[in-house]
Amino acid sequence: MTNEFWSFIFGRLTWDVLPLHEPIVVVTFIVVALAGVTLVGALTYFKLWGYLWKEWFTSVDHKKIGIMYMVLGLVMLVRGFTDALMMRLQQAIAFNGSEGYLNAHHYDQLFSVHGVIMIFFVAMPLITGFMNYVVPLQIGARDVSFPFLNNFSFWMTAGGAVLIMASLFIGEFAQTGWLAFPPLSGIEHSPASGVDYYIWALQIAGVGTTLSGVNLIATIIKMRAPGMTLMKMPVFTWTSLCTNVLIVASFPILTAVLTLLALDRYVGTNFFTSDFGGNPMMYVNLIWIWGHPEVYILILPAFGIFSEVASTFSGKRLFGYTSMVYATVVITVLSYLVWLHHFFTMGSGASVNSFFGITTMIISIPTGAKIFNWLFTMYKGRIRFELPMMWLIAFMLTFTIGGMTGVLLAVPPADFVLHNSLFLVAHFHNVIIGGVLFGIFAGINYWWPKAFGYKLNQFWGKISFWLWNVGFWLAFGPLYVLGLMGVTRRLRTFDDPSLQIWFIIAGIGALVIAGGIASMGIQFAVSILGKNKEWDTTGDPWNGRTLEWATSSPPPQYNFAFTPIIHDSDAWADMKQRNAQRPTKGYMDIHMPRNTGTGVILAGLSVVLGFALIWYMWWLVILSFVALIGAAIIHTFNYERDYYIPIEAVTEVEDKRTRLLSGAR
Amino acid sequence: MSDGAVRSMGVGRKESAVLLPRAAMSRIAKILSVSLLAPFLAGCNAVVMAPAGDIAMQQRDLIIIATVLMLLIIIPVMVLVVLFARKYRASNTEAKYEPDWHHSTRLELVIWSAPLAIIICLGAVTWVSTHLLDPYRELGRLGPNRPIPASTQPLEVEVVALDWKWMFIYPQYDVATVNELVVPVDRPINFKLTASTVMNSFYIPAMAGMIYAMPGMQTQLHGVINNPGTYKGIAAHYSGHGFSGMHFVTKGVSDGEFDTWIADVKASPDMLNRQRYLEVEKPSEHVPVMHFAGVESGLYTAIVNMCVELDKMCMSEMMSIDQQGGLGHAGIDNLAPELYGGGERNRSPFGPQKTYVAAICSTEEAIAMTAKLPAIHAPSSAPFVGRGLTRPEAVAQINAPALDWLAGKLAFNETTSTDAL
Repeated sequence: MTNEFWSFIFGRLTWDVLPLHEPIVVVTFIVVALAGVTLVGALTYFKLWGYLWKEWFTSVDHKKIGIMYMVLGLVMLVRGFTDALMMRLQQAIAFNGSEGYLNAHHYDQLFSVHGVIMIFFVAMPLITGFMNYVVPLQIGARDVSFPFLNNFSFWMTAGGAVLIMASLFIGEFAQTGWLAFPPLSGIEHSPASGVDYYIWALQIAGVGTTLSGVNLIATIIKMRAPGMTLMKMPVFTWTSLCTNVLIVASFPILTAVLTLLALDRYVGTNFFTSDFGGNPMMYVNLIWIWGHPEVYILILPAFGIFSEVASTFSGKRLFGYTSMVYATVVITVLSYLVWLHHFFTMGSGASVNSFFGITTMIISIPTGAKIFNWLFTMYKGRIRFELPMMWLIAFMLTFTIGGMTGVLLAVPPADFVLHNSLFLVAHFHNVIIGGVLFGIFAGINYWWPKAFGYKLNQFWGKISFWLWNVGFWLAFGPLYVLGLMGVTRRLRTFDDPSLQIWFIIAGIGALVIAGGIASMGIQFAVSILGKNKEWDTTGDPWNGRTLEWATSSPPPQYNFAFTPIIHDSDAWADMKQRNAQRPTKGYMDIHMPRNTGTGVILAGLSVVLGFALIWYMWWLVILSFVALIGAAIIHTFNYERDYYIPIEAVTEVEDKRTRLLSGAR
Repeated sequence: MSDGAVRSMGVGRKESAVLLPRAAMSRIAKILSVSLLAPFLAGCNAVVMAPAGDIAMQQRDLIIIATVLMLLIIIPVMVLVVLFARKYRASNTEAKYEPDWHHSTRLELVIWSAPLAIIICLGAVTWVSTHLLDPYRELGRLGPNRPIPASTQPLEVEVVALDWKWMFIYPQYDVATVNELVVPVDRPINFKLTASTVMNSFYIPAMAGMIYAMPGMQTQLHGVINNPGTYKGIAAHYSGHGFSGMHFVTKGVSDGEFDTWIADVKASPDMLNRQRYLEVEKPSEHVPVMHFAGVESGLYTAIVNMCVELDKMCMSEMMSIDQQGGLGHAGIDNLAPELYGGGERNRSPFGPQKTYVAAICSTEEAIAMTAKLPAIHAPSSAPFVGRGLTRPEAVAQINAPALDWLAGKLAFNETTSTDAL
């Protein structure tokens, strides 16, 4: 009786599924647990829980949510990178009959979770964080269209991250690669909790991503300041618009395909099984119809950041704004016509392969045009080599190589010998690190003073810059070579001793990158804790050109006391040129959305629901689902959603800024 | 005349049309490959850059041609980035500064048309090479200026990706191996591939590009090995825990050595019948080479159609029944519980027990039926046309006169193109 009772309560969650036999995981758990206890203790000791809850967790302010996205992304970067380091070490030592230090069960989880975390919980939150923080400021809005939805979206993304982290210590993660192709990910071949963690973590985070996409599209379409026509929008806002269109059009496909996979696994349907009319190829098609736009979802905002950086630090208008916008839109459309290039080798005919190969190459035309536009923005400029500009130059040199190997892989017969090889691995790291991540680093250094009121430390920033650049080529150069030697990805052991030296070099490269990440951490710490801060009293530390630099650093809660009126695409540069005066009186009450804890509650219940589904705790599934729906309904009866910031408060904030500005001059 | 034959002739004609630029390109490629890549890849065995088979060699040439084409634009861009960054640095006050210069129609034209021109060239190369090097396409030559002698019969190899080893069936010789592929040099090889449980990818870098092997489906690959030697064969798509140990030896040998090897395999006491296959199929890692002196007839067809178990209905059988309207209600009673790896299959928590459709005719009849049918026959009557799909009867009938006329025309062209090679 008791056995049945416990299995009713805990489903298939038993002591046996805890990875107590894996010393590496146990040690990790102890370290994480100690760090967690310390953090919780410190927060309690300094009585910060109330502050965090009131000022951050429940906040609907797009700026705070943006910062929370960034924190989430950076924390997960450390986790994802640790997995990468472990893989590099395994591949550097598993030669000559040595099994290395990771068994197949552990190693296969590592490469799966590394990909999932880096794409969904590092790149996506960082990109979304920037869009959240910067877009409303750039278009002169007070917040996004749906502030509560924004808070909810963030917590759903964080909820997905919580489930993925839980899989490290409770049960296991998928051992299927980051896209979980069936039949391997079906219940026959992966019966354990791993693929279920994959499905539910992505489903929960996917809700957040999709809703955030809806929110930002509405914001950009409806909330631009008067005078800002579409063709006067800053380029970062343009790329954000395109990215969110891609999100809204492609994430539902991911949701659908994962739902079908979940049905196969939970109720025995046969969508993707090999028998009973199931078709695994359908999964491959569907997931890549999402998967290819996904890479443009990541890269487009990075392109936007680089456009802002290029014109600001060259002290010049962006060269070819119109062609930049059209290039972005063309990329957005074309990104839906190329997905098959991810599986040329699955036996499509020559004509189909040629079609998708050529559409892929065509994308390189607008991308190339963008590179030229940045290049000619620098031309006849006055380039200041601040950190964001350094990242731009590094990006232009690194990304072109990655783009070149990408076009090479788009030639089907070449792909037949390079697909699934380490050449491919090197290629997509070349564009994701050299494109997306470098863009994020440029953005962090660029907008940090806006968010916190002081510049980041230059010294440690430069060290981080050089370590990342050198480390990147050390880590991925050898992978290009290994790919040409016919070495494929996801291998745990090797018998050809001549390969080892390349893996050792790649391992050293990963260590150098680790130094880059550490230096970046030091850069943040030194900047935050250091006494000699480079304060920014003007709100415009870089001589910027777009609206976010028109307000104070950090911006007041309401962003702008008066909604600006726009006459030119570089609105702030235009105002400065025309010597526009900042109004110092005539303030009014400002209507603002009120904080709410519902987002945290709904996302928390979703995590419980996901966890219960993963472990087959059916009573908890029902309970948490009912609670989830109930909480959402109760929230609709909450009529206290808004409030007014009184004139006095606005006047006080604005007068303080007036004093600061006159002092600065 | 089957439309498959028409299709292959159609491609044959295209080959003759592009023969000249291709020969020239391959010459250019060779010169460039030595000068550009030799120092870079010296000291390591870059098999993709120095393969042993004609197909892989052409793919190598293509990599070089594409890279060179792109470098035409990449190198100037990278140089300009560095030059502009240096020249227009803020401290260089002598350089021109035009803060409002942001448009130039001429420059824009160059910016868009230069990459466009490169992509047009590369796109043309892609279209042609993708068709010529299509893995489904029969070889047209053994190497540059080496047509296939009329007497040469291609070697047929049926490949099965198992958990976690490779099985090779030689239907012309009635032998099979595990984890060892021996082929005569300079003899075209026609591979047919499938898998037992999950997806995998079959890759011999020295011979030709990879192709996926997937359960319940069949793919094809054509290749040849020109230089005698021992090469690596790889599983290129992750397939589970035993994946890292799933590789095989590929040997290119002379005809004489090949015959000796076949005789050697024939001497093995082991036979590959259905029973033995089901034993070998069970998951195992780091499997040593196995030889089978004989193969039960129809085994490969049964593997593709997922009916090696004697009492299981073959997919081809099921599809042809369905195409004729299905069994109606009787169909849902004809089920038996399915086993995986000897035990009950992993069940979905809410799913019914996994079952399969039981055979409704005797094993011999089923084999006879599956042997006659193509491995997978698209059951639809919709006009689905494409490579690997047979043309639906209705469409074929309408087009028959035109196709016959075309076939006659192409047959003439193909003879000339083969001679030219």
